[in-house]
Amino acid sequence: MAAPLRSVFMAVLARDMRLAWSQGGTGTMALSFFLIAVTLFAFGVGPEPQVLSRIAAGVIWVVALLACLLSLDRLYQADFEDGSLDDLALSPLGLAGVAGAKILAHWLATVLPLILITPLLGLFMHLGADGYLVLIASLMIGTPALSLIGSIGAALTVSVRRGGVLMALLVLPLYVPTLIFGVGAVDAALNMVTPMENLALLGAVSLVALVIGPIASAAALRLALE
Amino acid sequence: MHRFANPAEFNRLADRILPWSLAIMAGAFAAGLYLALFASPPDYQQGDSVRIMYVHVPAAWMAMFTYMVMAGASFTALVWRHPLADLAGKAAAPIGATFTALALVTGSLWGKPMWGTYWEWDGRMTSVLVLFFLYLGYMAVWQSMDDEAKAGRAASILALVGVANIPIIKFSVDWWNTLHQPASVMRMGGPTIDGTMLWPLLIMALAYKAYFVTVFLWRMKLEINRRKLSVLSQAEVYG
Repeated sequence: MAAPLRSVFMAVLARDMRLAWSQGGTGTMALSFFLIAVTLFAFGVGPEPQVLSRIAAGVIWVVALLACLLSLDRLYQADFEDGSLDDLALSPLGLAGVAGAKILAHWLATVLPLILITPLLGLFMHLGADGYLVLIASLMIGTPALSLIGSIGAALTVSVRRGGVLMALLVLPLYVPTLIFGVGAVDAALNMVTPMENLALLGAVSLVALVIGPIASAAALRLALE
Repeated sequence: MHRFANPAEFNRLADRILPWSLAIMAGAFAAGLYLALFASPPDYQQGDSVRIMYVHVPAAWMAMFTYMVMAGASFTALVWRHPLADLAGKAAAPIGATFTALALVTGSLWGKPMWGTYWEWDGRMTSVLVLFFLYLGYMAVWQSMDDEAKAGRAASILALVGVANIPIIKFSVDWWNTLHQPASVMRMGGPTIDGTMLWPLLIMALAYKAYFVTVFLWRMKLEINRRKLSVLSQAEVYG
């Protein structure tokens, strides 16, 4: 029983990751958005290194969060519209398992590349040298919560035309703790304080999201499929 | 509980409660506002600005209480499929959003003379602001779907996810920044606030609660009638 379940999970995962990086996928777009939006902040607040380095961690986190949000709004919608979600719902994984696979695929294919280019953006934003490692660690620990919580929003708005704005309204308030602890960790490191408390809390938020995310997403998808 | 799934039964119950809640609301508002605005002493530090507190604190309490009502209704709607439960959530949400907005506005008016600023990113103010956004999201889900039954269940899922998150948001925001006074009424070891100020506050809290019950029941009845009307008009068209 375990082997086929795992292979179904891997199949959904591989399919979604391929889709994210095929033509019209969200992978490259989220990455470009991330780059451009961070640069906009430099134009907005001016090029003084002191100002930029003060806000670097916050800007990178906020833009990563928005890039994640933008790439999530069609997480289920395309499959819902062409009917493949009905097929997936019948798979032995159950909807919660399918949601889990799709969330993991989103994180691996769309969010992980964002994290990998943050050192470059840190350079643009004059991030302090002590911040780099913690920034990457905090993104690694915190962004799964963004994908998981965002998945609930995407599932709730799957049948709503132009649901992206609605999804932002639903999901952004729930992103507050992740953002606070994520930026808190980097600021702590820059002030020569241990970031471990913030990182531990960030991990806790992600674990709570891991429990709630797939189940709530499945409940919302079931509603749309009725 | 399922006895009141029958709308007629519910309406009868509501009609029995409404005169009482209206009377309590009118009496408590009259007494509470008189005590709060005229009879109670000005604070030795805050002067007359302390009177804002009598409007502000009950609004903040009700903002959280109403979300709990909404969450309870959502849970009932999802688990027992109680037909009136999602309507109860829908009826409660705008009232809660209004209480939340009132708490924010009065808090900000109080903050100007006391803290010297209308808005401060203090922990509690920020978490009430986030609560306001959660209310907006809940109401937006109701508006976004044509199918009422589906909208109700989607909104219920969102309300429950929100409930799981409220403690986390509250904690994270408190951790982030804190300027607001610590709780002084509901805490271990009894209130630290003097009786001449506590009584007007409690009477105002009662008035707010009676207001909530009254408007909530009105809105429930309105929703039920609206649903009846739409069923009747559909019957006329398709019948």
